Amino acid sequence: METPESSRPQGVRLGRRWINLLLGTGVLASIASFIYPAIRYMLPPLVGESLSRSAVAAKVNELKRNSGKIFKFGSKPALLVRTVDGEFKAYSAVCTHLNCTVQYREDLRQIWCACHNGLYDLTGRNISGPPPRPLESFQVHIQGEDVVVTRSA
Amino acid sequence: MNGLSQRILRWLDERFGAGAIEEFLRHKTVPIHRQTVWYYFGGMTLFLFVVQVLTGILLLLYYRPTPEDAFESVQYIVTQVRFGWLIRSVHSWSANLMVFTAFVHMFSGYFLKAYRKPRELTWISGMLLLFVVMGFGFSGYLLPWNTLAFFATKVGTEMAGAVPFVGKWFLTFLRGGEEVTGATLTRFFGFHVAVLPGLATVLLAMHLLLVQRLGMSLPPGVERAIADGRQPARSMPFFPNFLLRDIIGWYAALGVLGALAAVFPWELGTKADAFASAPAGIRPEWYFLFMFQTLKLLPAKILFLEGEFAGLLGFGLAATVWVVVPFLDYRAGFGRVTRFFTGLGVFALGFIVVMSALALR
Repeated sequence: METPESSRPQGVRLGRRWINLLLGTGVLASIASFIYPAIRYMLPPLVGESLSRSAVAAKVNELKRNSGKIFKFGSKPALLVRTVDGEFKAYSAVCTHLNCTVQYREDLRQIWCACHNGLYDLTGRNISGPPPRPLESFQVHIQGEDVVVTRSA
Repeated sequence: MNGLSQRILRWLDERFGAGAIEEFLRHKTVPIHRQTVWYYFGGMTLFLFVVQVLTGILLLLYYRPTPEDAFESVQYIVTQVRFGWLIRSVHSWSANLMVFTAFVHMFSGYFLKAYRKPRELTWISGMLLLFVVMGFGFSGYLLPWNTLAFFATKVGTEMAGAVPFVGKWFLTFLRGGEEVTGATLTRFFGFHVAVLPGLATVLLAMHLLLVQRLGMSLPPGVERAIADGRQPARSMPFFPNFLLRDIIGWYAALGVLGALAAVFPWELGTKADAFASAPAGIRPEWYFLFMFQTLKLLPAKILFLEGEFAGLLGFGLAATVWVVVPFLDYRAGFGRVTRFFTGLGVFALGFIVVMSALALR
């Protein structure tokens, strides 16, 4: 459709609006293209967690009855407990509350987190304090002299 | 000597008008009334910040921000470097005193309603500065890479991870990975010596410029008394009268810092071990104790929320209310004191004191 003569100044203003729009979106897009790589740069590349399925936690005669030991399971700490009955049990040592590392309390015969006073029983169940979930339990086998801990499938 | 300084002044005046500087200095006056003592805490916080910058630069000469070297380099500073123990202890003590004076400054501003119109932006820039100060404390705490710091950082960053939607992203950003590792130390070092100082400088410039532009705030009660003619409007020039009083305070603070550093040198603790249990009696710096104690007391589940999330929500909400309080308590702008907001301040202060005391038991 032809633009009538009388509204030409209107047309000029429309043109300026278009130019501003194009310029604006162009500048915004370029700014986004500067910021995007910077934001991606700030987040480190995630290393695939080495999901080791098993680890040697200790020697069989290393632990007395009623004691515990932190061992390295993959990239995270885990807890091996020898109960009063001499049975071996293993759990993730990462507190389900806020990520602290738990320990075996010989006086309580329970698992305790020093950070915010969370308690777990020897099945790994959270029984008091702030932890919201039980500790992950692992399976324990004796292979010769070694106490071997494996992650259940 | 006097002739020389006069000549220098005249030299400057001929070039860009030293009169402007004089005018700038003359512009600010400090009101004199019952509550004048609270005006000193801002300047004291600023002074301790300067001490932090200077001792921080000195520590940078020897500190090495890697998990293999960090603990050993701090050990080297406090045992081998001459006066290293002093510099490090003054940095730690001054940091703690600065957090304290910043909190006093904030609460005095709150209770004296210094945030009301037209000083809303002064308040907001001050609150942001307070968050920056706490960020300095949190990031600096990790740098010696000791056991306490390691677990404090684990807990603190895990809290950040509980933020809905962006939590996981934020946690990875803070830690430089999924766990607290050497990558976290590198990042925290960068925050502590580059990002936060930059932010603090900009915010501080804003804060001071606003104070200079708007002048010191009068408490509503004093303002009313002056308006009713019950009290004369007295004030003193900031330069040099108030500044000289400030300097006496700063000089005393330096003495206190030196004494604290010498008598109670800051402990270094044991080197962080990612495969050791959190030690018994672990707790954060005193200014995070109230949050720590709240986390300890919150049950695993509150209604349908996880305890830690409910805590985070509560603190987030409280912090937001605190930042925007000039707009919530807009009636204070007309000189009307609302009991509710004073009560809220008393409650907040009481909560912080009681929870901290419980944590120290």
